[in-house]
Parts: sequence; C-alpha cells; structure tokens
Amino acid sequence: MSLTSIVMFLAIVVVTLYITYWASKRTTTASDFYTAGGGLKGWQNGLAISGDYLSAASFLGIAGSVALYGYDGFYFSIGYLVAYLVVLYIVAEPLRNLGKFTLADMITARFEMAKVRGAAALSTIVIVLFYMIAQLVGAGALIQLLFGIPYWVSVLIVGVMMTIYVLFGGMTATSWVQIIKAVLLMFGTVVISFLVLLKFDFSIFRMFSEMATATDAGEAYLNPGLLYTNGINTISTLLALVLGTAGLPHILMRFFTVKDAQTARSSVIWATWIVGIFYVLTIFLGFGAAAFVGKDTIVAANPAGNMAAPLLAEELGGDILFAFVSAVAFATILAVVAGLVLSGASALSHDIYGQIIKKGKITEKQQVMAARIGSLVISVISILLALGAQTLNVAFLVSLAFCIAASANLPVIIYTIYWKRFNSNGAVWAIIGGLITALVMVAVSPNVWNPEPGKAIFVGTPLVTLTNPAIISVPVGFICGWLGTILSREADVVKYNEVEVRAQTGISVNEVSH
Amino acid sequence: MEKKGGKPIDYEKIAKMESFRQLSRKKNAFLWTMTVIFFVLYMLLPVLTSYTKILHQKAIGEITWVWFYSFGLFIMVWGLAHFYVGRANKFDKEAKEIIEEYERGAGQ
Repeated sequence: MSLTSIVMFLAIVVVTLYITYWASKRTTTASDFYTAGGGLKGWQNGLAISGDYLSAASFLGIAGSVALYGYDGFYFSIGYLVAYLVVLYIVAEPLRNLGKFTLADMITARFEMAKVRGAAALSTIVIVLFYMIAQLVGAGALIQLLFGIPYWVSVLIVGVMMTIYVLFGGMTATSWVQIIKAVLLMFGTVVISFLVLLKFDFSIFRMFSEMATATDAGEAYLNPGLLYTNGINTISTLLALVLGTAGLPHILMRFFTVKDAQTARSSVIWATWIVGIFYVLTIFLGFGAAAFVGKDTIVAANPAGNMAAPLLAEELGGDILFAFVSAVAFATILAVVAGLVLSGASALSHDIYGQIIKKGKITEKQQVMAARIGSLVISVISILLALGAQTLNVAFLVSLAFCIAASANLPVIIYTIYWKRFNSNGAVWAIIGGLITALVMVAVSPNVWNPEPGKAIFVGTPLVTLTNPAIISVPVGFICGWLGTILSREADVVKYNEVEVRAQTGISVNEVSH
Repeated sequence: MEKKGGKPIDYEKIAKMESFRQLSRKKNAFLWTMTVIFFVLYMLLPVLTSYTKILHQKAIGEITWVWFYSFGLFIMVWGLAHFYVGRANKFDKEAKEIIEEYERGAGQ
C-alpha cells in the first residue's frame, strides 16, 4: 500500500466522519433520521440516488464484464438505466405522495393492517440482507486487493464505518456520503475515459476498429454472445434489471427525503443524467482495460474482472490515479452499504417495532432510539454473515436482489396505486408469492448447484437452467396479487378514493410527510 | 399544496368530481402507454440479439447495429424523462385547479 493510497483512503475516512459529526447535530427526530427531515433539494437527492445506485457492482463489475466479454458486459448498463423510466413514470411520485419512511408505509396508506406491513417489511429486510452480503463480501475482497489488508479486517472497516454513519448521522450523513461519492466517482470515471479516448485519438471509429483485433475474441468481442448464450436467460436477467430498481428499498427510501412529488421528479431527472453518463463511460473503462491492461492481467488479479478499472487507472495514470480510483471504490462501497443499513433499519424499527409491535404508540424519542438500535442490529447481522461468506461466490446476489425486488415489491406497488379492486389479501399474496418464488427458484438454480465441486455453493445438478428467475417470478408475483384479490370478497373503494386522490394530486402531502 | 385549516379532506367527493376523473384517466393513459412503449423497445433488444442476427451486422466501420440500438435506448431514456416532466407539469396545473374547485365547493 503506497503512501498516496494511505493518504486518499484516510481523506475519505476523515471527510465522511466529519460529515457524520455535522449531521449528528441535525438528527433529533425520526423524520431526521429516516429522511433527513424531507428537506433535500432535487439535485442533492438526484446525486444521492446516483451514489446509492452506482454500487461496486456497477463501477467495478460492469467495467470488468465489458473488459472480459465486450458487448455482453454492457447489457447491465442499459438495463440499470432504462429502469429509471419505470421509477419515474410509475412509482416515484405516487410513492412520495403516499408514503412516509418506508415502502410498507405507502402500501399501508391503503391497507392499514399488520399483516400487510409485516409482509412488506419482510421482503425489504430479505432484499437488504442479500444486497448487503454481496456488497460486503465484494468490499472485503476488493479492499484486500487494493490495500493489501486481510479480508476480515476489510469487512470490519467497512462495517464499522457504515454503522457509524447511520447510527450517528442517519439519513443526512448517508445522503451526503452518497453525494460526495457520486461526484468523486463521476470525476474518476471521466478522467479515465478521457485518457482512454486520448489513446484512440478521440475517434470512436478508431476505438472500435482497434477493439475488433485487440482481444482474442476478435470481432465477436463487439457483438452480443460472448457471455450470454441462452436467450431465455438473457431476457430474464434483463427483465430483473429493468423492473427491480423500482422495488429496491434503499432506492425507494430516497424519495421520502424530498418535500413533494415535483422534487421527486426532478431528482429522478438528475439521477437519469448522472447514471446514464456513467453507464456510457463504462464502455471506455471496459474497452480501455481490455486493450491496455489485457485479459490475462485482469483475470489474474480477480477472476470476475473486478480489478479492471483500478488496473486501467494505474496503467494510464500511474500510482496517483490508481490510489484515487481505489479510494473512490472504497467510498462507493461505503455509500451503498450505509443506504442499505438505513432501509433495513427502517423496516425493522419503524415497521415491525414501531407500527406492528407498539401499534404506533411510541414517542419521538423512542422512535429515534429504536431506529438506532435497528441500524445496529442490521449492521451486526450483515457483518457476521459477510465474515462467514468469504469463500462463497456471491456475484449473483446483486441480480438476485433485483429479481426479488421486481417479483415481491413491484407488483404490490403497482396494484396499490393503480388497481381499484385490489385488497389486503392480494397485497400479502403478491409480496409473499413473489418472494418465495424468487427464493426457491434461485435455491435450485445453477448459482447454487453445480456438478463440479467449487463452481457453486453445493455440488449437484440444478433443477432449473435459469440463473435469474425473473421471467417466471415476476409474473408469479403479479398473478398471486390478482388471485389473492379475487379469492377474497374484501374491497375498499372508499379507501381507494383517498389513495387515488392523494397519489394523483399530492393533496395532504404535508400531513403525511410531517 | 396548501393545508385546509385543519378541516378533513373529503377524498370521496374529489374522487367523484368529473374534472378529477378526467385527469386520472388522462394521466394513467399517458403513463401506461409510454411505459408499454419503452418496455417493449427495451425488451426487444435481448430478443433481437438472442434469436436473430440483425443487430450483429456492421453499420459503420467495426461498429455493429447493436451499439446503435443500445445508444438509441440511452437517448430514449433521456428524451422520455424530459418528455415526462413536461407532461407532469401540465398535470400538476390541472390537479391544482381541481383542488381549488373542490375548495370553492367545500367553502359554500
């Protein structure tokens, strides 16, 4: 670990801790803790959404996939971006108009029942834990590689940092860590892309014609098919990507940090531009790494290709750029896991403890205390799981989290806002049906079972060939919600009037966001 | 939105107002039409790349059509995001008028 690396690494730690200290003085109520008081501006929230969304899987994972598999690596960039149209058109504004702190708040705005809230909180916690294990295990491995510290120390550093941010600074600290990270990440990515383009004389045509011969795949590198050879699998994966974002708890939660639907709207526009430009640049990161670092070096550092971007930075910009990009990767991980802790804690402390166990009879002070304890519990559980999961191949967990979000959360969100006949029975069926289908199908998939020892978690033949079950589990989520609804006589037209009026006009948003 | 002096809001009344019904219909028709369009254009990508070779052909130099299609999807996202904002601002105005209409009615 070079001196430059140490300095930049420490700079990230010091700056983020200072922000946490500053934020802690502004965190006194539950609304401060969960939503930064709902006072973020559109551009701030847009940057924070980008910071929350561009995980290590996006930054290091996509750059690595493009480097190794050419066009096929780029599928993820497209899916992750188009997903924002689903968020913007269908989910963001009604969510802001109906919800308070959590997804469950929004659904129970229509069905005020413990079973509905419990089901929504359960799916939130499951998604958060899967996503978090993937991030923490990835973080441990990465920091180990970048800075040469042991895996368990790396996980503990990240784990302790995220706990401190959330515990003391709540959503205010988390948002600003995400904003800073988004700016650093964009800066780093633009610099590397510029250096890559410089090598190609700023000619896209020249870049493509050189890439056609730069790798051992030849021209096939520039076409689909190097990684994804099974059509249904490709379609299923892309389906999970585009529908999952609109059901991810830590992304949904970001819409409660703004004051109204108009600000929610402008934050998605900001996020769309930032995230979109970033994903375009992943082409340059990937191509550059393939051309100037080379496949063998990338795979030798990490078989999944995660080191492609940092190695490219070292190749083009020497020690300083390498140290900078490594520090950015570190900040990236911290920003994402902090957002995850917060959304997990909101489901645990606000939904399960505050609303179900205490039935909402809980003082402001107790709420904040519960939120802090909940954050601690979520942090400790995920750190322990991550320490135990070191040797597991967890790369599939991120797309699994997207798949569960698309299968368990999106159907119930859409039905709650747009379907008059929908009822609480349907809500529970939709969530549980989507959740169980996705989990079971992954449990019998090639991610978990492989006849060759060491390739997956267990040795054996998988029951299904789909690596991502979205193409089955998303429709199942929708069908369960519909079946559960029509099999129950319950209907609540009066309550739907309220939900429809509030969702469409934003009337009374002051009351809910209070 | 302004608060109404603590008076409970009669959601049922608003929900039954003709102007609100119209807005709701118009808004939903817009949202779902656009969603179907962008969803189909997006899902067409893996279908075309997996089951046909159309996008594998070279367009300019070594750049194949799949890159143009992909970049087209990026342009679509930015374009439709701004298109949405334009329409949503209009819907906001109508929603405000509906609330005003309701308040006038409620005040009598």
